[in-house]
Amino acid sequence: MCGIAGLIHRGNSADIGSQMTSMLQALKHRGPDSTGFALYGSGKNQDYVMRFKVAEQEDLATGFDIQHAIKDRQATVDSRLEEMGVSITSKEQATEYALRYRIAFDGDLKRVIDYVEDVDGVEVLSIGHALELIKDLGDATVVSNQYSLSGFDGTHAIGHTRMATESDVDIRSAHPYWAYPFNDVSVVHNGQLTNYWTNRRDLERRGHRFMSDCDSELIAVYIANRIERGDDLHTAMSRSVDELDGVFTYLVATADSLGMAKDVMAAKPMVLYESDDLIALASEEVAIRSIFPHEIDTFDPYEGEVRVWQS
Amino acid sequence: MAELNTDHESHKLGMHTEQLSGRTQQVFFSPSADENFTYPYAIDVDFAKEAEFDAAAMEISDINLKIRELMKEGHGTITIKNPSAKHSLGVGILNRLNLKFEGSLGYFGCGLVDGPNIHITGRVGWSCAENMMSGTIVIEKNAGSTFGAAMRGGDLVCKGDVGSRTGIDQKGGTIIVGGRAGAFSGFMMQRGRMIILGDAGKNLGDSMYDGTIYVGGKIEDLGVDAVEGEINDVEAQWLETKLALYGMKAPNGVKNLTKIVAGKQLWNYDNLEPSEKKLVL
Repeated sequence: MCGIAGLIHRGNSADIGSQMTSMLQALKHRGPDSTGFALYGSGKNQDYVMRFKVAEQEDLATGFDIQHAIKDRQATVDSRLEEMGVSITSKEQATEYALRYRIAFDGDLKRVIDYVEDVDGVEVLSIGHALELIKDLGDATVVSNQYSLSGFDGTHAIGHTRMATESDVDIRSAHPYWAYPFNDVSVVHNGQLTNYWTNRRDLERRGHRFMSDCDSELIAVYIANRIERGDDLHTAMSRSVDELDGVFTYLVATADSLGMAKDVMAAKPMVLYESDDLIALASEEVAIRSIFPHEIDTFDPYEGEVRVWQS
Repeated sequence: MAELNTDHESHKLGMHTEQLSGRTQQVFFSPSADENFTYPYAIDVDFAKEAEFDAAAMEISDINLKIRELMKEGHGTITIKNPSAKHSLGVGILNRLNLKFEGSLGYFGCGLVDGPNIHITGRVGWSCAENMMSGTIVIEKNAGSTFGAAMRGGDLVCKGDVGSRTGIDQKGGTIIVGGRAGAFSGFMMQRGRMIILGDAGKNLGDSMYDGTIYVGGKIEDLGVDAVEGEINDVEAQWLETKLALYGMKAPNGVKNLTKIVAGKQLWNYDNLEPSEKKLVL
């Protein structure tokens, strides 16, 4: 089933870590397997934030060797970053297997990412000036506490609660998906794509990489491909409504915008609240209500509808 | 059971064109008849006896149980504050009752009801009033998709916009939409009436077997086998009266509504319920 949620503050910032946690916790019944956040910080600087993992959570139960492997993988990542001329300005260990680096680099980031991900067990979850992508097993409160998301000041966010139907219960298959190799672009999705393999083969031929077998990842890669070919976000999303088969509602966030798209059958739910200073949308109204103490007016976007808002 | 003759007033409305017989057919609609319904073992409630409670901190099942408790105490008018878009509220009420929700409901609100008059001051989520049998439900704001799915009787009114697949599999009763209705509204409709005062999305009335849809705005396109019909005087009178009940009006008068009916006999109803059929065979 899965639940998705998004919010964007227009012209200001707020504790989006707590807000998104609250929204996703209200959607726990739609998918308890994993929870993910794509949070967009309000601070703009030239550094990149790189979130990556060096193992799956389930790997920790496989024996003592994994601890050594994690250390070795992190050391290899560090040396490869240095080799590529990337300056690491800060390091944080979010969990035993997930790390947050602040890096400075003005070259080809795609080459850096490809080289880092060439290390066995390593996956870059996100890179961006504003984006921080966090996903792990468990409900929203568990993941939020694990990664200390409360108090995260930002302008917008998207999130996902996953009920695994098409692929495994692991971080790799959890949402959001980062639209590699584009900074600050992330996607969450509720639904099923029926022309997944046709599109995936086409995108792989164009040089895009897939880290999972989850159909939702296709949307992120599809959007990345369209942006690469010159589409703006709204155009890319509108094209996806025609070209992606299946039933879906998805959200995309960039450094300064939030978009939603719904398939032509309108088979997956989305409830929208819109005011002058805040947009909030979710698979169920209870998620939006969780951050509003008072009565609000909401509505359902229609079939085939695409909307994009700026922060 | 209504008389199964061929010159019933409903035929003038173009609502039944087939030869009706057997138990599978519902009671005929008549614009002049009183809607007189009863339900066995109904609780004797007094509409003048009012109760109110705040649902903000309550679980869904506790809210529904509280409604039943209050009915058993004889309360015929119940107001629920802060329903907070929770799911499955006000379901399975098989009794006369004035029920008011001050706020919005989530998914599957007021499903399987038979008799109550329900007023919702906010919005409702997907699948409101699914399988509604009788009574009235009035929503002041918008509604989600599959509004009134498989509804069999009563009046279901949304004063705002509704989502897609409104009245899917509708088997009776009346759905009124003040604004726009989404795609596939009236999909596989089998009986009853739907009045959409705003625009209708694509594939309106797709694969409808019977029933009638009236649209005040633009129709994006019609579904398979749905065709336009003509509104006669009896229908116009009924539409005027029905809309006036809820303080609503057709944008350009009821005569200018577009009437949509099934253009092809897609049904092959049996005279017997499946259980009876087994016995016969």
